[in-house]
Amino acid sequence: MTATIRVLVADDSQTDRLLLSSIVAREGHEVVTAVDGVDALEKFTACNPQLVLLDALMPGLDGFEVARRIKDLAREDFVPIIFLTSLTEADELARCLVAGGDDFLSKPYNTVILRAKIIALERMRQMHATLQLQRDEIALHHARLVREQEAAKSIFDSVAHSGCLDADNIRHLISPLAIFNGDVLLAARNPSGNMYVLLGDFTGHGLTASIGAMPLAEIFYGMTQKGFLIGDILRECNRKLNEILPVGYFCCATAVDFNFWKRTVEVWNGGLPDAYVLRGDGRLGAVRSRHLPLGVVGPARFDATVETYELEHGDRILMCTDGVVESRDEQGGMFGAERLSALLARTSAEHAFEVVREAVLSHAGESAREDDLTLVEIAMCDEQEVGAPASRNETSSALGPLDWSMTYELGPVSMRAFNPLPLLQHVLMEVPSLRSRGGEIFTVLSELYSNALDHGVLRLESTQKSSASGFAAFYADRGRALEHLDGGFVRFEITSRANERTGELRIRVIDSGVGFDHVAAREGGPSDPRRLHGRGMRLLDRLCDQVTYFGRGNDVEALFRWSRPS
Amino acid sequence: MGIRSEASPDGKGLTIAIAGRFDFSAHKDFRQSYEDVGFEPSHFTVDLREATYLDSSALGMLLLLRDHAGGDAAEVRIVNCNADVRKILTISNFEQLFDIR
Repeated sequence: MTATIRVLVADDSQTDRLLLSSIVAREGHEVVTAVDGVDALEKFTACNPQLVLLDALMPGLDGFEVARRIKDLAREDFVPIIFLTSLTEADELARCLVAGGDDFLSKPYNTVILRAKIIALERMRQMHATLQLQRDEIALHHARLVREQEAAKSIFDSVAHSGCLDADNIRHLISPLAIFNGDVLLAARNPSGNMYVLLGDFTGHGLTASIGAMPLAEIFYGMTQKGFLIGDILRECNRKLNEILPVGYFCCATAVDFNFWKRTVEVWNGGLPDAYVLRGDGRLGAVRSRHLPLGVVGPARFDATVETYELEHGDRILMCTDGVVESRDEQGGMFGAERLSALLARTSAEHAFEVVREAVLSHAGESAREDDLTLVEIAMCDEQEVGAPASRNETSSALGPLDWSMTYELGPVSMRAFNPLPLLQHVLMEVPSLRSRGGEIFTVLSELYSNALDHGVLRLESTQKSSASGFAAFYADRGRALEHLDGGFVRFEITSRANERTGELRIRVIDSGVGFDHVAAREGGPSDPRRLHGRGMRLLDRLCDQVTYFGRGNDVEALFRWSRPS
Repeated sequence: MGIRSEASPDGKGLTIAIAGRFDFSAHKDFRQSYEDVGFEPSHFTVDLREATYLDSSALGMLLLLRDHAGGDAAEVRIVNCNADVRKILTISNFEQLFDIR
């Protein structure tokens, strides 16, 4: 059964009009008639019929022209046209269809055939209408999805590619056009000026990535600013992602901690392709992924062990997401890790970033825009070249706590797994007048603590750090010694004294070690600037107003003086 | 893409064989292969002999299977990986979570 439709019958012959009208009406349809071409167009516009029976040959505007105009007027809607014709030549009949007709009916009219054609065309019209409706719904959904993705992208971008990425020693490439690529690149300076960079690649794109990126960025920036070690930060990022992401979603990541004073970098790689150590002398090192990606396992199984490398000025670390090694050319060939390392092996450190960037982009061609590829390079340099970290310039009129002292002593269990520096820094920064020197104070705290722990409590020899191999061995020894630590202490005695105009802060650090010959070390200390172990003492002298060694050298006091601007 | 699963000869374990690309398109089939199998397997084996490719969403699916099989207590073996597949599992350090042979 066909539903009732409105049919336009356009024929200049009154007899034919009556005949056709009665057939159509008998089928239960509503009939509108037109006497010629112009009338047909007017009735079409006025009555909105769902089917048109159109005489091919009419005076004035003929059926072919009317059909063309009706199809134009109907635009996207499908209004079937059946040509009525006494023509029998194949060419003429074909002309009817070319002009926009959907079928034809030859004279003399056969009722049975006409009825069948009306039913068939109405079926097609309804199918067309359904498709159109569904298409519009899909388009609407899609538009809404794109809008939501764009909003999420703008949130994602503002957290995921931020921090000090514009620093002079960082170069990076983030593929631009994918609405989401799930790659995260974060960079920040800690209170003592170290530069932390985290490159992450979330599984799944879009919303999952942007949801995961928020806490990741928040933890990274918050903890970096408070002076936590990169390992502490990774542990917390892992814990949070493990907690919030559904099973099966995670974030592959590489993180680095650049210490410009000591010329060292700590690297952690969990699930990303090899990171590379590019050296001025041409040596190329690879930092393998040795860890599970962030968010896969709970805190108990997470391993935040970093690898430490000594770098010269101008040496670099290059990191990338798998979009780089997996980028495909038009034939589907992958760029590949082998090609990347071969390219790096024959390129100088200085030009490596540009060369790799060009090679990957030309390999991937147009598809580079859709790939989630991120490439970043960080160069070792002098801190002056990247400027001091933005300090929390909170100028407060409040004096804050001025006359106080504290003693904080760590035993072996605490030293094994706990970093006391963020806590102490937090206490010290409660004194408003010390805030402008926050970076220096944090560096001095770190230096005093690592000296007391490494050389005092753990009794590691700093001379070991003179060669590159000894350097790696030093950190391996340190890890082992710390793990088995079962005695000793490091004690902080911090005293703040001040009146309303001037004040001083004393940080005294005493350890349970045997001390060292501080007099000799100071007077005839190693002058070769490449030697690491002399750096600590010189650094302290430079940053503090006064450094005093007591007794056998296991007892050091750093003094900071300040005065309030009048 | 084809995923078949069958009980191991001793009737206690479940072996899931994957052919072709193991990626997001396999998501539904892979889940069905270990859910509703009519018994509670004590261990699982994922046979990748005929798998040509594996992406990060496949890694996610393996984690889902591990979770289904009991999380840290799960016994999931991944066997017959080709070199490319092996490399991807290695970069992600999945040997810390799965018995990969």
